[in-house]
Amino acid sequence: MKESTKNGNVIIKLKDIVKTFDKETVLSGIDLDIHDNEFITLLGPSGCGKTTTLRIIGGFETPDSGHVFFDGEDITNLPPYKRHINTVFQRYALFPHLNVFENIAFGLRIKKTPEAQIREMVKEMLTLVNLKGFEKRNISTLSGGQQQRVAIARALVNKPRVLLLDEPLAALDLKLRRDMQVELKNIQQKTGITFVFVTHDQEEALSMSDTIVVMANGSVQQIGTPEKIYNEPVNAFVADFIGESNIVNGIMLRDYEVSFAKQTFKCEDFGFAPNEPVDVVVRPEDIDIVPFTDSMLTGEVTSVTFKGDYYEIIADIDNFKWMIETTDKVAVGETIGISIDPNEIQVMKKSEFSGMFGDYSSFSDELDKLSDLSQEDEE
Amino acid sequence: MKTGNLFRKAAAAPHILWSVMFIVFPLLFVIYFAFTDSYGNFTFDNITGLSGYTNTFILSIGFALIATVVCILIGYPLAYFISKTAPSKQKILIVLLMLPMWINLLIRTYSLMSLLDNGGLINGMLSNLGLPKLKMVGTGGAVILGMIYDFLPYMVLPIYTTMTKLDQRYIEAARDLGCNNFQVLTKVIIPLTVPGIISGITMVFVPSISTFYISQKLGGGTFDLIGDTIERQFQNELTYNTGAAISLIMMILILISLAVMNKFADNDEDGGIIV
Amino acid sequence: MKNLSRFYIGLIFLLLFAPILVLVVFSFNTSGSTTHFAGLSLKWYFELFKDKVAIKALENSLFLAVFSSLIATLIGTFAALGIDRMRNKKIQGAIKTVTNIPMMNPDIVTGVSMMLFFVAVGGFLHFSNSLGRTSMLIAHVTFNLPYVILSVLPRFKQMDSHLSEAALDLGCTPAQTFFKVELPSLAPGIAAGLMLAFTLSLDDFVISHFVSSPDFVTLPLYVYNQTAHEVKYSMYALCTIIILTVLVLLLLINFANADSLKKLKGKKAKRAKKLAGRD
Repeated sequence: MKESTKNGNVIIKLKDIVKTFDKETVLSGIDLDIHDNEFITLLGPSGCGKTTTLRIIGGFETPDSGHVFFDGEDITNLPPYKRHINTVFQRYALFPHLNVFENIAFGLRIKKTPEAQIREMVKEMLTLVNLKGFEKRNISTLSGGQQQRVAIARALVNKPRVLLLDEPLAALDLKLRRDMQVELKNIQQKTGITFVFVTHDQEEALSMSDTIVVMANGSVQQIGTPEKIYNEPVNAFVADFIGESNIVNGIMLRDYEVSFAKQTFKCEDFGFAPNEPVDVVVRPEDIDIVPFTDSMLTGEVTSVTFKGDYYEIIADIDNFKWMIETTDKVAVGETIGISIDPNEIQVMKKSEFSGMFGDYSSFSDELDKLSDLSQEDEE
Repeated sequence: MKTGNLFRKAAAAPHILWSVMFIVFPLLFVIYFAFTDSYGNFTFDNITGLSGYTNTFILSIGFALIATVVCILIGYPLAYFISKTAPSKQKILIVLLMLPMWINLLIRTYSLMSLLDNGGLINGMLSNLGLPKLKMVGTGGAVILGMIYDFLPYMVLPIYTTMTKLDQRYIEAARDLGCNNFQVLTKVIIPLTVPGIISGITMVFVPSISTFYISQKLGGGTFDLIGDTIERQFQNELTYNTGAAISLIMMILILISLAVMNKFADNDEDGGIIV
Repeated sequence: MKNLSRFYIGLIFLLLFAPILVLVVFSFNTSGSTTHFAGLSLKWYFELFKDKVAIKALENSLFLAVFSSLIATLIGTFAALGIDRMRNKKIQGAIKTVTNIPMMNPDIVTGVSMMLFFVAVGGFLHFSNSLGRTSMLIAHVTFNLPYVILSVLPRFKQMDSHLSEAALDLGCTPAQTFFKVELPSLAPGIAAGLMLAFTLSLDDFVISHFVSSPDFVTLPLYVYNQTAHEVKYSMYALCTIIILTVLVLLLLINFANADSLKKLKGKKAKRAKKLAGRD
């Protein structure tokens, strides 16, 4: 569970990091390896501890216990200005009294880099972030996207081994955000610097990362590639947080056979105790509507929402509300038959999150969006 | 980060030292003098002896109260009218309102006196018209007028500031709910500008009750206010112990009333730092 | 309503400015009278400039204003830095309260308390003269401090806490962070505090009245001494000079930067608050 996806040297190692604020535990024993040249994302809802983890790596917080290693060297108590790590701050934290050039040159000037070299390096950075000709501009005259680029350039010009990004795209609108996602990924690949990216946006995490670290309640839930996290979530929290999921109680009868909704299904999972209670995840898009003759389960449609290229159906199957995404048009009140392929069934061990997620009985798009927004406001 | 904390902690040290030396110690001296006689022996005589100054206290509080109330009555409409004028005009009016504040109080009081004096402009004009002279300087009215004249801008400015900060949507909402102009004023604007009124009150009442120059110039020596009494003890009679006792009582009275008034004004700017 | 508003504003401002205008006009009067304007002359101005005490008072006032505002700004800025980062809210509150005592207390009490302090300490150390230049400088720094801190402290609060973290991140030591990043963002607050302190010091009469001696006279003290017993027309001239200086300064600031008026207003309100505590 703690393995990372990129091979290569471990550049940062977190060992059993514990942090409390005012007696409230924010991090309860984080272990994490970050590799050279990796784009790693800390993903989780607000309050999960992702930003605190980032700040501990950056040196802005000191853990109550545990250690931070950089290239094998313990840097737990090293102040930020002695670390080969730079940060892109949430609201950029550009210096309002300095222009674009001086903001980017700031770190170099502290290091007493020769003037000619500074000029060259800043120019190079401005080219990298597509801001040529902005040298003399005042920070307050820049758009959000431009400020974002300056913040990245200001950090990268110092040639850090690791770049920390604390929800850097949170303040941008959706379109710009998409563009910056692509651009950030490009910059990371061009420079080969390790990026540690913090976000609560699962889409962002899935599309940018080499490795995703899903966090909740101050601990790491799962580490893996985006595909692995999406297709093989290890518990109900991960399954629910990444994409839409139906999570039902099931019994693992034996290897490759699981029972839920009063039916027995073939699956690809194994290694559980006989008759072990489990959580079963089925993604809405993996459920097919079929004629009753071929159906494994039947249920009554309680709501249909048109989503453009598909319909989102809520169906009551054995007193559990399932979400189904389909291109077939069905009517509310209709009884439908459904079928699930064995490889679309993901069986998970019971966890502290079992029963908390994955039921669409009180589902509403609006509520989902609202909770997303309130998350953005925090952290 | 430890060195950083040290740097920041040390940053306030000179100020703390300075404050203890030159704010706390001097106040302790006031207390010491208030409770000792001229030989340095402990005594309550200074405090109990203050009963002889009851009239002074009553007179001072009375004058200051009247001046404060008149300042509210004149100042509130003024602040309201200014806040309703065109923004470009408002700027000019506020500069004009502030101009007297920048001019030393002695000068302002002195200029008022030269107007009201027996040989002043008003009496000069009266006698030119063949009318009898008016005795103005030396009356209680002149002293109160001086306080109003000197401190009116301090009432208007905070009220004006809270008015301009007032969210216009409250007024629109009140209109929407059926208030006429007068009801908007009494039911929305006045209640919401109470913090401004309260800071105006403190800014007029405190200097009024402790003044001595105004009563010296405009009272013509007839009125002995608290400020005059203290000033005389320290500058002429050199009875420090009595002076310290009066100062102590006045300070306590004022700090208590400030604290009470601060409770009413949720003044977030300075965080309500009194007491 | 519109007419009532205009009439009211006009009337109050007229009353507010009438005495000052009369004083200005009669300072140019040939004869020593406030009733008859006999003719234009600068007689009282010449008389004023011949008065060595007046010139000395101006010097003293400027000396005090410059040094007390500089010292208060230096101590106050660092104090704001320290107070802002204090973790212990109780200690922070206590320091703020003590700092603000000179602002809340009537000036006469501040003046009296300092006079007692200087006389007692001076007596204890057998100074021949406890009151004078030094006691004045100390007193002016003391009553200026809360205003400087009041101007600077909110700037710390407004400052994005990520700014100093960004500086640390880019390699600044905490001290470098303060001088390179925090200080520049504080500059407007510090400048405001300095100006405020300067004008407060120039303007102060009550506290100076108690902590100074006849050998160290400032302009307000000079005005007080001169107006103690009789009407002096050279004082009309001095007041006119002071009023016109203030007027020109205000207009300059106003025209130089329309935006600065806003700040000025804020400062004015603070100054007003401060003056409320004094007479």
